Amino acid sequence: MRILVVGGGTAGTIVANNLARRLSAETRRGKARITMLSASDRHMYQPGLLYVAFGQMTPDQLYRDQASLLESNIDFHVDPVTEFMLDQNKVRTQSGKVHEYDTLVIATGSRMVPEEIPGMNEGAEFFYTEASAVKLYKKLREFQGGKVAVAVGVPHKCPIAPVEVMFSLHDYFKARGIRDKVHLKYHYPINRIHTIENVAKWAKPEFDRIGVEYETLFNIKEVDGKNKLLKSEEGTEYQYDLLIVIPQHRGMEVVEQNKLGPGGWIPTDRYSLKMNGHDNVYVVGDTTNLPVSKTGSAAHFQAEVIAENIASIVKVGEPVRDYDGKVYCFIEAGHDRATYAMFNYQNPPDLKPPSKPMHWFKLSYNQMYWTSVRGLL
Amino acid sequence: MSDTKVIDARNTFCPGPLMELITHMRLAQVGDVVELLSTDSGSATDIPEWAKKVGHEMMGIEQQGDTWHLKVRKAK
Repeated sequence: MRILVVGGGTAGTIVANNLARRLSAETRRGKARITMLSASDRHMYQPGLLYVAFGQMTPDQLYRDQASLLESNIDFHVDPVTEFMLDQNKVRTQSGKVHEYDTLVIATGSRMVPEEIPGMNEGAEFFYTEASAVKLYKKLREFQGGKVAVAVGVPHKCPIAPVEVMFSLHDYFKARGIRDKVHLKYHYPINRIHTIENVAKWAKPEFDRIGVEYETLFNIKEVDGKNKLLKSEEGTEYQYDLLIVIPQHRGMEVVEQNKLGPGGWIPTDRYSLKMNGHDNVYVVGDTTNLPVSKTGSAAHFQAEVIAENIASIVKVGEPVRDYDGKVYCFIEAGHDRATYAMFNYQNPPDLKPPSKPMHWFKLSYNQMYWTSVRGLL
Repeated sequence: MSDTKVIDARNTFCPGPLMELITHMRLAQVGDVVELLSTDSGSATDIPEWAKKVGHEMMGIEQQGDTWHLKVRKAK
């Protein structure tokens, strides 16, 4: 079986490594072949960007060479796909090469699109890329006091980030001794302060305790950087001194250009993770249109299901299990405490009180990620 | 004729039904109707509250078994 993995982020890398290990005998005998096509020769640990924004990590700590993360029986090429020919089981790459496959895994991910909101690129800070995270850190360093607004676009990667950034801002300014000179205002798109009800119930008294003002049902319409005004679709506005946004996201351009799914999100079966209407095409991670968190954690658990199923199909002709919607997200509740949310399609998260050991576990995971993405954890 | 798109947000906790609806309303054209399927009983009040505040038009709210069907027309 010729297995082609398109995308070398968290999802694609775990699928490829997990498969490579399960199919080591088959790849040696030539019964299976695993190829990965990626847009980059580097792999970024994206959750680390929040730490970069607060000066707790430097950008170089976020990267590893992609080739160093992959099993030796994966044929890896830095040559992104430009054309999907699903009816012919082929893709064409940027270099013009055509790759044929029997099974395709699409793991192209998502991208922030701040340019879709008037004024956002010019008037707001964010931390979803290396450059923007470093820029935000510099802005925070020079900030001496005033109103800091945080607002959230829809949809966005890492749904826990909005609350984490509020706790981090509180601790950051407290550590600098200027918390009393900073007013923190949080804006959230729906009618509670987090989309997960139990996270909202936990975070609300925490926000009250640390003095975070909040406004719900606030969807960003426009950023007027000249007058430092944040405006909502719902008709309200807020004057800020520093604006930090969680930008709205789309799937990758190649998905939209090939008309695989509106917004760049590919229609996917929530259990089998197959692209709707295509029995030999799997979709994983941010790329799906599933109503599941766009996080590395969801990508990880989905990737394991896909790898197990493809390997089983190679070995015995049948898949072994469905994706149950599992997600496990750490929640940093400041710079020295954390908790977590674990849930699936059937069971909501049951939040535990934040603790120092859970924060230490998260810091450990920041290193353990490199083991995880190799498919070992 | 405008399109009606069905969004299946049943049995999900994150990003949740209203976030899903906002995502798809952003992609829809003015005049399109989006039908949201939700098993969260809170959707029956959350969705109309959001639609009213933003200025979209509620076209219907109906419960069939455990599932709420909420139709919203994009007005702007």
